[in-house]
Amino acid sequence: MVDQVSEICGSMEGLTLRRRKYLDKFLTREGPFTDPDSFMPGEPVIESLSRTKVLVIGAGGLGCEILKNLALSGFKDIHVIDMDTIDVSNLNRQFLFRHADVGKYKAEVAAKFVEKRVKGVKITPYCGKIQDKDEEYYMQFALIVCGLDSIEARRWINAMLVGMVDESNPDSMKPMVDGGTEGFKGQARVILPSMTSCFECQLDMHAPRAAVPLCTLATIPRQPQHCIEWAHIIAWEEERKEITLDTDDPEHITWLYQKALKRAHEFNIPGVTYSMTQGVVKNIIPAIASTNAIIAAAVCNEAFKIATNTNPFLGFPGTNNYMMYTGDDSIYTYTFEHEKKPDCPVCSTDAVARPLTVDGNSTLQDFLDSLAERPEAQLKKPAIRTEAKSLYYQFPPGLEEQTRPNLAKKLSELVENGEEVAITDPAFPLQFKYKLIFK
Amino acid sequence: MADLPPPVQGPTAKEKKYDRQLRLWGATGQMALENAHILLVNSGPGVVGLETLKNLVLPGVGQFTIQDSAVVSEADLGVSFFVEEEDLGRFRAEATCNRLKELNPDVQGHFVAEPVESFLTQPDSLKPYTLILVAAPIRPDILSKLSAHADASLVPLFYFHSVGFYSHFSIHLPPAYPIVETHPDIETTSDLRLLKPWKELADFAADKTKGLDAMAAEDHGHVPYIALLLHYIEEWKQSRDGKPPSSYKDKTTFRDEVIAKAARTNNAEGGEENFDEAVAAVLKSLNPPEPNGAVKDIFKTKECLALSADSASFWVIAHAIGQFYTKHGVLPVPGSVPDMKARSADYIQLQNVYKSKARKDVEEVVESVRSLERSLNRSTPIEEKDIEAFCKNAAHIKLVRGRPFHVVQAGETIKWGDRAKSIAQTLTFPGSLIPLYIAFLAWDEFAATHDKDALGGAPKVAGEGDSEVDTDNEKVTGIALKTLNDLVKEASASIEENELSTIKEQTGEFAQELVRAGGAELHNISSLTGGLISQEIIKVITEQYIPVDNTCIFDGVKSKTEVLRV
Repeated sequence: MVDQVSEICGSMEGLTLRRRKYLDKFLTREGPFTDPDSFMPGEPVIESLSRTKVLVIGAGGLGCEILKNLALSGFKDIHVIDMDTIDVSNLNRQFLFRHADVGKYKAEVAAKFVEKRVKGVKITPYCGKIQDKDEEYYMQFALIVCGLDSIEARRWINAMLVGMVDESNPDSMKPMVDGGTEGFKGQARVILPSMTSCFECQLDMHAPRAAVPLCTLATIPRQPQHCIEWAHIIAWEEERKEITLDTDDPEHITWLYQKALKRAHEFNIPGVTYSMTQGVVKNIIPAIASTNAIIAAAVCNEAFKIATNTNPFLGFPGTNNYMMYTGDDSIYTYTFEHEKKPDCPVCSTDAVARPLTVDGNSTLQDFLDSLAERPEAQLKKPAIRTEAKSLYYQFPPGLEEQTRPNLAKKLSELVENGEEVAITDPAFPLQFKYKLIFK
Repeated sequence: MADLPPPVQGPTAKEKKYDRQLRLWGATGQMALENAHILLVNSGPGVVGLETLKNLVLPGVGQFTIQDSAVVSEADLGVSFFVEEEDLGRFRAEATCNRLKELNPDVQGHFVAEPVESFLTQPDSLKPYTLILVAAPIRPDILSKLSAHADASLVPLFYFHSVGFYSHFSIHLPPAYPIVETHPDIETTSDLRLLKPWKELADFAADKTKGLDAMAAEDHGHVPYIALLLHYIEEWKQSRDGKPPSSYKDKTTFRDEVIAKAARTNNAEGGEENFDEAVAAVLKSLNPPEPNGAVKDIFKTKECLALSADSASFWVIAHAIGQFYTKHGVLPVPGSVPDMKARSADYIQLQNVYKSKARKDVEEVVESVRSLERSLNRSTPIEEKDIEAFCKNAAHIKLVRGRPFHVVQAGETIKWGDRAKSIAQTLTFPGSLIPLYIAFLAWDEFAATHDKDALGGAPKVAGEGDSEVDTDNEKVTGIALKTLNDLVKEASASIEENELSTIKEQTGEFAQELVRAGGAELHNISSLTGGLISQEIIKVITEQYIPVDNTCIFDGVKSKTEVLRV
């Protein structure tokens, strides 16, 4: 009996060994760039890699690739979070999904598929929001790999991971490896929370699109997009207020399209199409398999190097931590060190208020609106206070009502020249401090 | 009845599925993709080719064929996503073909499990394929054969390596590979002709700026900035012998002293948006509408000058546009106008001024094309929409001169030809990946001179056995350093001694890291490389965007790429 068991174990070992044929070249051999102090070739690194617990955030275009890549890089214990269900427009790149899966949870389908294909890998899905989970949950992982399309979610997890760092406990620092794509472009980066430049430090790399002024939409449209935005923001509100707009409902899109088309007709504006309507109201970003493959693999390559030290990884303090990729005109990458911002509202330990020149005659409402477009802030529901008083709060309703009259007041009526204000947003665990200077 | 919007034609099932990519390459690009048939000649662990095909099957390539004589092994299960346990012992060509086909029912997949040597001996074996991919390692005589086929039949050929943390691919394109739809940045595409306005544009500006100074605030703040610029350029010219602001100093003076000061500031906003736009546009829009050198060179190429009955339509249109340029000193007006602060009707009127001029220019080019067609006795007329698209993007067309890449032959010195000087020069740039390219050439030479067994079939790669790592290291490094010396010699480059020794050291390290792999692919590096190659294939097939010319290296230790022309 004992013999049989050991025989089975032996053949199992032989099996894994044969499967690891290629990987083991790197896990057992030193190279010209390996650091002898951190790289432990052979059993130690093989063992630690298989025990490394890694969290993947996102099971979409990047996430599908990331799960496949990690599973084929020797990671055995993978968790994945995604709140979305599968849509037919995902199928041109999210290769773990088939037509029959449309409507099911991405995290679940993806996990099952990769587990079946790559034997010996355990993938635990969670179908929900990252915000559902707390510090204790994130603490169990050695590494976080993000493949998200939303800036908000990345800001949230970044702030969470920075907040978790306890200097007396080195295990509390969870490396975050992040990728993003748009059409033929993308970026991959490694963040060592509190040690290197964090997502918030790098936020201005994702400049928000300038919004079209409301008066243009309402009175002087010139582009087909203006007519669509008008239908989306103004006409729907006026004519179908009682119905919540669902951008996935073809009837709703059709209504917006026809409204936009009619308005465009009135102003002689050519070019409104159904596809453009969908693109504008859903803020669709073009996405293809190849760019996702490139960025996801770049990200997983760094995750593998971090977990094994088989070669130096991006993100070691004082070295490059960011790769920018462009593939529409030949192929171009720019790999550089993005430096920590001393006044980062998330990772700076002694964040001082940034001086900000404002027009004292503009209203508080104008000022709050401008925060949505400031590259380093990008806050959609900001609350603002001075040391002495609350200027505006979105929640709770009572406070909102009480502070609402301030919105119409001029900044100069509310704060002194040079006074500090603190701005928060319920979506992020962070706080911006500005010193307002009147121009 | 006429006022009713047309009935909505919602997207088709296919448009829904491919929505996110159609926004990049459109219906014509998609059609080209669906007409393609790609051959993968696979070898080694073979992951790059499969990952490449994955990224082409998903967006709906027409057909693919995998040639691979290997049998699925345990090692494949550890590195490749397109094999399963139940495939063990089957032909890898068949197993991977089936797994890839599952990704998209619109795509047809085929496989060839016989060895490439015998496959190629069949007559017309390569005829069905519109593009060919070849994985290293491969015997040099086979690669030469494929390269000769690419030369003769003008079929694009890709050759690639993925060895450990490093990868490489080279593209052999036809000698003339022109692209019209290069998709330049929106920022760089507007060509407003502000220094050379035609009559209708000048009239528009004069009309919209009539009595500018006395205008009511609402009107003054809505004059389109193009009209403002044209108006103030006219004023400037009158006091300066008819010369527009042309030097950098002139332009900044024009911007800061004329435009900025003409804005009204006595309002609630403290300025005017249309004037802000005019200020921002001065430096980039007040340029003579001169096409760049590369575009003018296209008009002078032999293909463009010596047309024949079977010239590609690109050359006939290019010839006609070259004539247009000779006659007018400018390219056809592209016709697009950026968005700007303006009243709807004024903006639409301005748009029409540009559009009608663009249409007029297209008509002139069409006429030249038709006359060329007659004199060349061409049977099918070029479609007008192709001529129109060409005119619209004339300033951004691109010609890639495809050429064969290096095929390493045992014992033969690599020839760099007309690229020697430039490559040798780039070699000295800090962080250059040319030493890595040289290390790959050495890796190929090792494979070309070592066989897996006495039968002389499959090549043996460096570093496979643990006991051979050190000797293989010496061999590959030795070949790489010799290749490096030959390059320096051929280029007659004078590189400083200490610089050269640094380059040698880097070459040695790259060679060593390649040998460390012992022929292993890392899934991440192969997946990334498959992403790059599939992207380039899409560009080549759709004839959109600009492909790599002609070699790309990826360094997964430092996470960076370099493109070089060899």
